[in-house]
Amino acid sequence: MATRGKGNHFHIKNRSVERKLIRNRLLLAMAGVIFLLGILISRFYFLQVIEHDNFVTLSDRNRIQVRPVAPTRGLIYDRNGVLLADNRPTYRLSIIIERVDNIDTLFDDLRGLIAISQSDIDRFTKARRRGRAPYQAIPLKRDLTADEIAKISVNEYRLEGVEIEAELVRYYPYGELLAHTLGYVGRINERELKSFDEDTQKAYSGTYSIGKIGIEKYYEQELLGEVGSQFIETNAHGRALRVLSREDPAPGKDLHLHLDIELQRAAHDALAGWRGATVIIDVKTGGVLAMASTPSFDPNLFVTGISYKDYNALNRSKDLPLYNRTIQAQYPPGSTLKPILGLGGLETGVIDESTRIQDPGYYRLSEGDRLYRDWKKWGHGNQVDLHQAIRESCDTFFYELAVRLGIDLMHPIGSQFGLGSKTQIDVPNERKGLWPSRDWKRQRRKLPWYPGDSLNVSIGQGDVLATPLQLAVMTATFANRGIRHEPHLVSRMGDEVISKKPMSVMQASSVNWDYVNEAMAAVVHSPKGTAKKVAKDITYRMAGKTGTAQVIGIAQDEEYDRDKVAERNRDHALFVAFAPAEAPEVAIAVVIENGEHGSSAAAPVARALFDKWFALEAARAANESGNQPAQTDTSQHDTQPSADLTMEATL
Amino acid sequence: MSLHGGKDFVRHMPDSAQAFKKGRGVWKIIHIDPWLLLGLLILTTIGLTVLYSAGGGSGAIFKRQVAFFIIAYGAMFCFAQVPMGLLERGGKWLYVLGIVLLLMVLLMGVGAKGAQRWLSLGFIRFQPSEVLKLAMPLVVAAYLGRHVLPPKLKHIAVTLGIVAVPALLILKQPDLGTAILVSASGLIALFLSGLQWRYIGGSVLAVTAAAIPMWYFVMHEYQKVRVRTLLDPEADRLGAGWNIIQSKTAIGSGGLEGKGWTEGTQSQLDFLPESHTDFIIAVLAEEFGLKGVLILLVCYGLIIFRGLSIAWSANTHFGRLLAGSLTLTFFVYVFVNIGMVSGILPVVGVPLPLVSLGGTSLVTLMAGFGLLMAVATEPKKN
Repeated sequence: MATRGKGNHFHIKNRSVERKLIRNRLLLAMAGVIFLLGILISRFYFLQVIEHDNFVTLSDRNRIQVRPVAPTRGLIYDRNGVLLADNRPTYRLSIIIERVDNIDTLFDDLRGLIAISQSDIDRFTKARRRGRAPYQAIPLKRDLTADEIAKISVNEYRLEGVEIEAELVRYYPYGELLAHTLGYVGRINERELKSFDEDTQKAYSGTYSIGKIGIEKYYEQELLGEVGSQFIETNAHGRALRVLSREDPAPGKDLHLHLDIELQRAAHDALAGWRGATVIIDVKTGGVLAMASTPSFDPNLFVTGISYKDYNALNRSKDLPLYNRTIQAQYPPGSTLKPILGLGGLETGVIDESTRIQDPGYYRLSEGDRLYRDWKKWGHGNQVDLHQAIRESCDTFFYELAVRLGIDLMHPIGSQFGLGSKTQIDVPNERKGLWPSRDWKRQRRKLPWYPGDSLNVSIGQGDVLATPLQLAVMTATFANRGIRHEPHLVSRMGDEVISKKPMSVMQASSVNWDYVNEAMAAVVHSPKGTAKKVAKDITYRMAGKTGTAQVIGIAQDEEYDRDKVAERNRDHALFVAFAPAEAPEVAIAVVIENGEHGSSAAAPVARALFDKWFALEAARAANESGNQPAQTDTSQHDTQPSADLTMEATL
Repeated sequence: MSLHGGKDFVRHMPDSAQAFKKGRGVWKIIHIDPWLLLGLLILTTIGLTVLYSAGGGSGAIFKRQVAFFIIAYGAMFCFAQVPMGLLERGGKWLYVLGIVLLLMVLLMGVGAKGAQRWLSLGFIRFQPSEVLKLAMPLVVAAYLGRHVLPPKLKHIAVTLGIVAVPALLILKQPDLGTAILVSASGLIALFLSGLQWRYIGGSVLAVTAAAIPMWYFVMHEYQKVRVRTLLDPEADRLGAGWNIIQSKTAIGSGGLEGKGWTEGTQSQLDFLPESHTDFIIAVLAEEFGLKGVLILLVCYGLIIFRGLSIAWSANTHFGRLLAGSLTLTFFVYVFVNIGMVSGILPVVGVPLPLVSLGGTSLVTLMAGFGLLMAVATEPKKN
C-alpha cells in the first residue's frame, strides 16, 4: 500500500515493485489455472469413472435399437401337398418420419415418380398416429412393381427418409376357388389394433397382416408364428448400420387340409353360373374334402388392401359373392330331412316297415281344417310306405308321421344329426340354423306349438333352417350310422395330427339303418326315384335325397307356377347324398339357390363330384400301389353294384 | 511518459545471456521458444489425431486442418519476428483497424447460422473479431504498461472502455464466445497489472446487485428463458440440451480407457453434434478415455506454465502483461470449452484451441503464440 501511495504521489514508476506486483499476479493466476484444471479433471473423473456405467447404458440405448423381425406365415396345403396359400416376396415403400424434413413435399416428390393414392396417404397418416418405436419405418405403398422400384431407387438421393423394404405377402394361387374356405389375410385395421392386449401387440410388432376370415382367421394364432427381434446399431439419423444380434422368429405352422384341390375345382365348376353351395365330407373322419360357395371372389385383392371401387363392387353385388353360403346361408332343408325323420319313426315305433298310408295329394289334420298339400297334385297312391315316401318324396306320409311323432319326439332326432347347433367347423362365422322345438316357440314366439307346425317341420319347411354344412353333416352322420363327427378342414398342423372324437352317437337298429339307407339308394337308382336321372351310367351306388325349399309362400289353393315367379323367387334346389351306398365314404350336400328342383339342379352336382372323388381315389390308389395310374376311371366300386341295382329295382 | 520507454533498469553485459546459454543462441536468432514450440507440436499432433477420427475417417477435414496448421505456424513464425517496440506502438492501430472492420461487419457482413460474423474480401471470408483477439492484449498491455501500476481509477476506466467497445460490437453479431474471449484478454491484462482487490470485489458486488432487479423487473420472459437455457442447457432437451446430453454420454461412456481410436459410437454414429468443432473433446474423451483427457490437460497445463514463465521473465511491463494476457486467455479458451462440453459451464461457442477444426481462429491463436515468442526472445537491452 505504501508503495502505491508513493507511486501515485510522485508519478514515478517503481519498476521493481511493479514487476513484483505483476509477478505476484502471475503466481496467483498460475494457482488459479491449476485449481481450475483440477476442477476439470475431477469433472471428467466423475463422468468417466463414477458415472461411467450409466453413460454406457445411455450410449447403448442411443445406438442400439430393437427391431421386430416378422415370422413367416405358415403355408397351407391340400391333402396331396398342393400349395394353396403361399408367401410371395414383394417390396413396399416405407418412410422414416424422423428423417423427413417436410412430409408433404416428400409426398409431392413421390407422386412425381409413382402413383400414390389418397387412400395410401390416409392409411399412412393413420399408421403414423399409432405408437411406434422411434425411427421405425411406416409403410406407404405396398406391392411395388419393378418399374416403381427402379424409379424410386434412381431418385433415392433426393428422397431422404424413403426406404424400400422387402416383405412376404400372402398369395392364393387358386384365387376364387378357395376364397371362402381359406379366407384371406388383410392389413391389421384400427379396430383389431385396439382389441390387442400388450402381448398380442408384441406378437404383431413386425407383421402388418392378420387373418380376416376363413381358415386364415380361425388358425391365425398357429399360422402367425412367433416374432423375432434384431438388435440393430443405428446412427443418429436412424439409418441401420449393422445387426448386432438376432433372435430368429419362429415360422408359423403349416396347415394340411383334408380338402382336395381337384375336387374343390370340380365343385366350383359344377356350381358355376349358380348361386349355391356344396360341402363334401369324409364320412369316417368328418374331414371336409371340398367346400364351395358361388359366386366367389379373388382373395388376393384383399391382401395388400382392396381399393374402394373393387370392394364396393363386391359388397353391393346382388349375388353376394362375399357371403360364404356353406356356413352362413340358412335354407329351409325341405325334403332332405325325410330320411332321418323316417329313421326316427322306425326307431320310436310309431311306424314300421309295413305302415302304409293313403295319399290323395293332401293331408288334413281334422275335418274342416286347412289342407296340407303334397308336392304331387294327385298324390302317390293308396299304399304309400316309408320306402316309397322317401324314394318319391311323399309329403303326405310325413305329415302322418309328424302327427304320430309330435314335435317332442321329432326334435331330438334332428338334434342328434346336428340340426340347430353349430357344427364346430374350423372356419369362423358359422351360423347355427334353426331346429324348432316347443320350448323354442314358447320362448321366442310366445306361442304354443300347434300340430300344424309339426307338419311343416316334417317336410323341412316352416321355421326350419339349416346351412349347407349342417345338411352335409346330417347326411354324413346318417351314412356313418349315427356317429356324428365334427367337420373340419385341417388334418395336420405342423407335425400335430388333428383327429376329433365323435360329437354324438345315435343308437338305432341296423335293420332300420339298412331300410332307410336302401330307400335313399332307391331315390337315385330306382326308376321311380326322384333323382333317377343322375344314375345314368353310374358305376357305384349312391344314396341320396332331393329337396326343394320354397322362397315365397304359396297360398293353399294356389299352385307353384314357374312362369309367374320371378327368377329370384323360384324355389331353392337341394340334394343330399352319400356313396357308396353300402359302405359310405363320402357325403355331400348341395344347395342351388332358385334352382327349383333338387333332382335337376342339385343332384347332378353331387353325381359329378362323387365321380370326381372316386376317380381321384382310384388314381391315388394306383399311384400308391406302384401300378400305372388307372386309365379307365375304374375303382373298387365299379364292379359291385350291378347285382344290387337289379335288386334295388324290385324294392 | 517514461524516459526509458517502459524498460526496466536492468543492466547486462553484451551477449551475457548467450554466454550462459550457448545452445539457445539459434532459437534467439530465429525468435522461437523451443519449449513452447514443443508443447504446441505435441498438442497439434493430438489435435490432428482426434480430428481425423471426428471427421469420420474422411481425409477431407483432416487435410483442411493440416493446411490451416501450416498457415498458422507460418503466422506464428512471422509474428515472433516483430520487434517489441513496434508491437507496443502498433497495437493501437491494429485495434482501430479491428473496430473499423467490426463496424463494417455490422453494415455489410455475411451471415451464417443467424449470426453476422464474416467479412468477405472477394477471395476470402474472414472474421474481423479475430483481429481483436490480438489487438486487445496488445493495446491494453501497452496502455497499462505505460502507466503507474497498479492502475489508477482513470486508467481502469479507459481500459474498460477499450474492452467494452469491441466487446459490444461482437456481442451484437451476436458471438458471445468471441466477446468473452476478447473481453477476457483485456480484463486479464488489467488483473495482472495489479488491479486492486477492492475494485474487483466491488464490481462483483455491483454486477450481482444489478442482476437481481434486472431479472425480476426488467427482463422479459423470453429473455429469461434464454438465460435459463444458457445456464441449464439440459432443460432444453431437444435444443442445446441435446448437445450436452450427448456430449456427457460420449465422455462418460468412454470410461478410463476409452473405446479406441475411431471406435467411439457417439461420435462415429453422429449422435454427438459439432463433433469436429466445439465438442471435439468429447470425441477424445470417448475414444481415449480419462487417460487421454489427462494427457491433453497436462499438455495444456505445460504450455500455460511456459507462457506464464515467459511473462515472469519478460523485460518490460508491456511484455509481462502481453504474455500473461495471451497465455491466460488461451487458458480461458480451454476452460470455457471443456467446462461447456462437460456440462459445468453454459454453452457458448468457444472452440477447443488447437484441436477443434478452425480456420482463422487457429491462425489467430498461433499468431498469439508468435507474440508470446517475440516476448520470450526479446534481446535484453543494456
